[in-house]
Amino acid sequence: MPAVTQTREAVEKLGQSTYKWGFETDIEMDMAPKGLNEDIIRLISSRKEEPEWMLEWRLAAYKTWQAMTEPKWAKVGYPPIDYQDAHYYAAPLKKPGPKSLDEVDPELLRTYEKLGIPLHEQAMLAGVEVPEGERMPVAVDAVFDSVSVATTFRKTLEEAGVIFCPISEAVKEHPDLVRKYLGTVVPAGDNFFSALNSAVFTDGSFVYVPKGVRCPMELSTYFRINAKNTGQFERTLIVVEEGASVSYLEGCTAPMRDENQLHAAVVELVAMDDASIKYSTVQNWYPGDEDGRGGIYNFVTKRGICRGARSKISWTQVETGSAITWKYPSCILQGEGSVGEFYSVAVTNNRQQADTGTKMIHLGRNTRSTIIAKTISAGRSDSTYRGLVRVQPKASGARNFTQCDSLLIGDQCGAHTVPYIESRNMNARIEHEATTSKISEDQLFYCRQRGLSEEDAVGLIVNGFCRDVLKELPMEFAVEAQKLLQISLEGSVG
Amino acid sequence: MNALSKDMSGPLALFANRLNTPTGAERQSAAGALARTGLPDRKVEAWRYTALRALGKQDYAAPPEQVDASTVRALLDGVLQAHPAMAALPRVVFVNGRHAPAFSALPDDVDLSFFAHEPQFGLQAAPDRDPLVALNTVLAEDGLVLRVPAGVDAGHVMLISLGVAGAEPLSFHPRHTVVVEKDAHLRLICVQAGQGTYFHNPVMDIRVEDGATLEHVTLQTEGAQAISLGTLYAHVGHQSVYDSFVLGLGGLLVRHEVHAHLAATRGEVHVNGAQRLAGQQVGDITSVITHAASDCTSRQTVRNVLDGHARGVFQGKVLVERIAQKTDGYQMNQALLLSPDAEIDAKPELEIYADDVRCSHGATVGALDDEQLFYLRSRGIPEHEARQILIDAFLDEAVALVVDATAQTFCRSVLAARFAGKGEPS
Amino acid sequence: MSQFLEISGLCAQIDADGQEKQILRGVDLSIPPGEVHVIMGPNGSGKSTLSYVLAGREDYEVTAGTATFHGQNLLAMEPEERAAAGLFLAFQSPIELPGVNNANFLRTAVNAVRRARGLEELDAVAFLKMAREAAKALSMAPDMLKRNVNVGFSGGEKKRNEVLQMTLLQPTFAILDETDSGLDVDALRIVAEGVNRLRAPTFSALVITHHQKLLDYLVPDRIHVMARGRIILSGGPELARQIDQEGYTKFLAEVA
Repeated sequence: MPAVTQTREAVEKLGQSTYKWGFETDIEMDMAPKGLNEDIIRLISSRKEEPEWMLEWRLAAYKTWQAMTEPKWAKVGYPPIDYQDAHYYAAPLKKPGPKSLDEVDPELLRTYEKLGIPLHEQAMLAGVEVPEGERMPVAVDAVFDSVSVATTFRKTLEEAGVIFCPISEAVKEHPDLVRKYLGTVVPAGDNFFSALNSAVFTDGSFVYVPKGVRCPMELSTYFRINAKNTGQFERTLIVVEEGASVSYLEGCTAPMRDENQLHAAVVELVAMDDASIKYSTVQNWYPGDEDGRGGIYNFVTKRGICRGARSKISWTQVETGSAITWKYPSCILQGEGSVGEFYSVAVTNNRQQADTGTKMIHLGRNTRSTIIAKTISAGRSDSTYRGLVRVQPKASGARNFTQCDSLLIGDQCGAHTVPYIESRNMNARIEHEATTSKISEDQLFYCRQRGLSEEDAVGLIVNGFCRDVLKELPMEFAVEAQKLLQISLEGSVG
Repeated sequence: MNALSKDMSGPLALFANRLNTPTGAERQSAAGALARTGLPDRKVEAWRYTALRALGKQDYAAPPEQVDASTVRALLDGVLQAHPAMAALPRVVFVNGRHAPAFSALPDDVDLSFFAHEPQFGLQAAPDRDPLVALNTVLAEDGLVLRVPAGVDAGHVMLISLGVAGAEPLSFHPRHTVVVEKDAHLRLICVQAGQGTYFHNPVMDIRVEDGATLEHVTLQTEGAQAISLGTLYAHVGHQSVYDSFVLGLGGLLVRHEVHAHLAATRGEVHVNGAQRLAGQQVGDITSVITHAASDCTSRQTVRNVLDGHARGVFQGKVLVERIAQKTDGYQMNQALLLSPDAEIDAKPELEIYADDVRCSHGATVGALDDEQLFYLRSRGIPEHEARQILIDAFLDEAVALVVDATAQTFCRSVLAARFAGKGEPS
Repeated sequence: MSQFLEISGLCAQIDADGQEKQILRGVDLSIPPGEVHVIMGPNGSGKSTLSYVLAGREDYEVTAGTATFHGQNLLAMEPEERAAAGLFLAFQSPIELPGVNNANFLRTAVNAVRRARGLEELDAVAFLKMAREAAKALSMAPDMLKRNVNVGFSGGEKKRNEVLQMTLLQPTFAILDETDSGLDVDALRIVAEGVNRLRAPTFSALVITHHQKLLDYLVPDRIHVMARGRIILSGGPELARQIDQEGYTKFLAEVA
């Protein structure tokens, strides 16, 4: 069956050699020595000019971390990580003067260009005013390694009362807010990686949307790992007050590299009464080569709490990169009638391993959650959906719907589905469905009879398979994500 | 080889005085495994929903030699009288894990022997991976060793396991082996019942050879204070069928764990089940279905009805190995919660390494459908009765999957006798 | 070119549950340009298999015979190459493509075929205009372009969608595999008109059908009767009417 073989070959190439974003930027770095100890944490804290309470918080987290062990339950395997063999602080050297966009290193702007950051966003970064158009402007808080180097649209946001800044800045400028919420959704000791992050996080974003404000633009942050052997430990905190809303976009690519790089981010979301948070991610970090050398280890803790009644948190993710993904964006549905959503596409190829999913914890009455997860495995990769739906005794009227579909491309990969369903309320309703199959020969033949090449046919069918998730992405990202899936399949049929 | 008794903690300590001196390679190796792992706690993934705390704090004694015959007779009659056809079927009766010839009516068309005479541990059990199998391996005294010769249709055989204990806890660990040879056919009905505080820890090793069929129904009506943790291995050959169904009604803590291994092409397994629990009961239906050959089919439908403070557990893993192309796997677990304090924990799991497969699973949890209830009541049926009709119908869809008409009727009769006209079980 | 589609001694089999099953047992058929031919025959005679083999479905193994199209060896071509060369198959059961937008699918197909034929690709606006007009001509609801390919379409909608695709892809040779089944009289006429609009000296069609009704609108040039994997009888349009009235039995008996 040549078609099958070709398809397999096609998709086995997914990602490999087509990784377009493998390059390094030559920028002078300020780097801490390798290793992790209290002195390094003190160094990070002092470089960040943090108040004493922040340092104490970090040190406490470090103590907790020391007593913990790496989790082993996920279906991923990797050589032991030497946590002492990494740099925990690296910052591009800033030129003196105000932090205006003109001051941004031109090399960095070229990096954004190669990264494919849309032109208008580059223009924003370059400080060019964007004419008022029909499209909603996007604010970019670009994280380069560990330090935010540029923030745009600050002013518009300030006028609306929205705070959008690097978290290191928020620690200094808005200490009350940060202190009030930091670690309340993901406590430092929640898990091994969150503890590590709490001890050594260097930067990330802080968003605060005050009562009744609809954030006037989509907030977007591009993460990127650059320097050799630097772990990346972003910390993001988003607090949305009563009746307010925000849409936050996060995307990342990383340069080609041989050594594995550790990434352990923590994202915390807090939604009050009638608030809504939409958090979208396109993750395309370096997945390693065909033999699984190199690639990012992506151990992320993302969690949101719907504290208020009728609040809503929606996670959308398109995960195509990283050698290892360990990630479960979750919702704690506390407020009555609150809503949690998780939409996910995970593509793995070659030797990639992904163990990703969500947790929906129903605490309040009439809370609702939806989970749509699409998994595509190719090459010699393994991909697991792991999800928990838990309904607690007080969550009468809770509803959950879960749909997990896996597509296998080639006979050397694996696709796994591991849902945990726990209900302690007789008036809750949970529905879970999962399917696993390969691309249908009928569909392939139908498309090819209409003149599509096998490669285009596979691309089309895969995009169709992911439609329910892709349509949840904001416009800016939907196009990018679709392209990403297509690029992944590009050059695949010989 | 006395390491065990020295370093024993947790529930394993309850068996300490009986674990001291295992003889034979299998038992010694199992004892070694037990000493390393102990009995599982909830940190062990396979036991995350079922705690062995229920084993309590009192030591488990070996069963006494003498058991009161009238008690046994009463329990046996309870089983056989559930349906008129049952008394006529050949049966092998075990009392506290030991064969009780006086109560048995042995079948003709099969080769029959007993573990007590010729111990057989089988090839499938994995004491190093499953501590309860290890415990059984160390302590097994007796068990059925049944072989249906090639090409023979052996009809029905009942395997009745009765537990008879007083207030002092006792435990028994029977080791059964069932082989259905090439192109043979067996309908096996296992019934577990009893009274008093006992721990039943059976292991059954099943081989269904090429072209053979085993229809296997297990009726779980252990005594109200009983703990029953059974493990069953089924090796399924080329074009053979292992069709199983478990009906869980009794016991305080009951786990029915099935490992079905589709070892050759075109095999078929059904691992169906239903449980109806109330009070403080915990019922755990766990299965691992391994597709290790191409063109095999597996089907699983499990239904749970949970009342009172009962907790139902369903763990169902379907593993499709790389070689198992053209696998067709389907799994459905559904739960009905009848009380605010009832709980269901479900973990259906697909682990798939072959691409040309069709696998799916589904799970639903909910209460009785208000609209259906209203519909029935609008036709004049009192609410209580309407609920009963819907609950019965929900369970019956699983019972209807039992192919063997006798076994199916038996299950229905037992359900009817236990629950007829009652919102709550007796 | 002498004959534009030339099939000779074509044999094909399928692997059914490990058993090789012979379905085509030596089909001879030639269709000149500009003609509409019809294949009739009882169920299981191999009509759909013939259409799949011509379109390049890989489950079928060609064991003997040849098929040339515009003088090219059709059997050596990939399915999409056959499509680009001008062969179109209207499926008996059109395939559903969940999540794939119909308009997007059509444009991707049209542009793939145009590219292969050395024509310029159509931009979204030009394509949509063309697609809307074609859809309107087939009395299709405007939202059918927005829906997912064949997903949730009624039987009639699916068949019309096939004819829409055919209209847009502009084949020189179309195989219509029971495109009339499941259509009411009005839909049948609309579909037939769609085919008739394509009729030209350079366009031929092979129509598989059980019913005379479609042929009232299409007016075929030749009728072939297929049975047990071969063409057993050929004749003019009157043959179809005869079969419609008398059934196949008589013809099969004659041949046997």
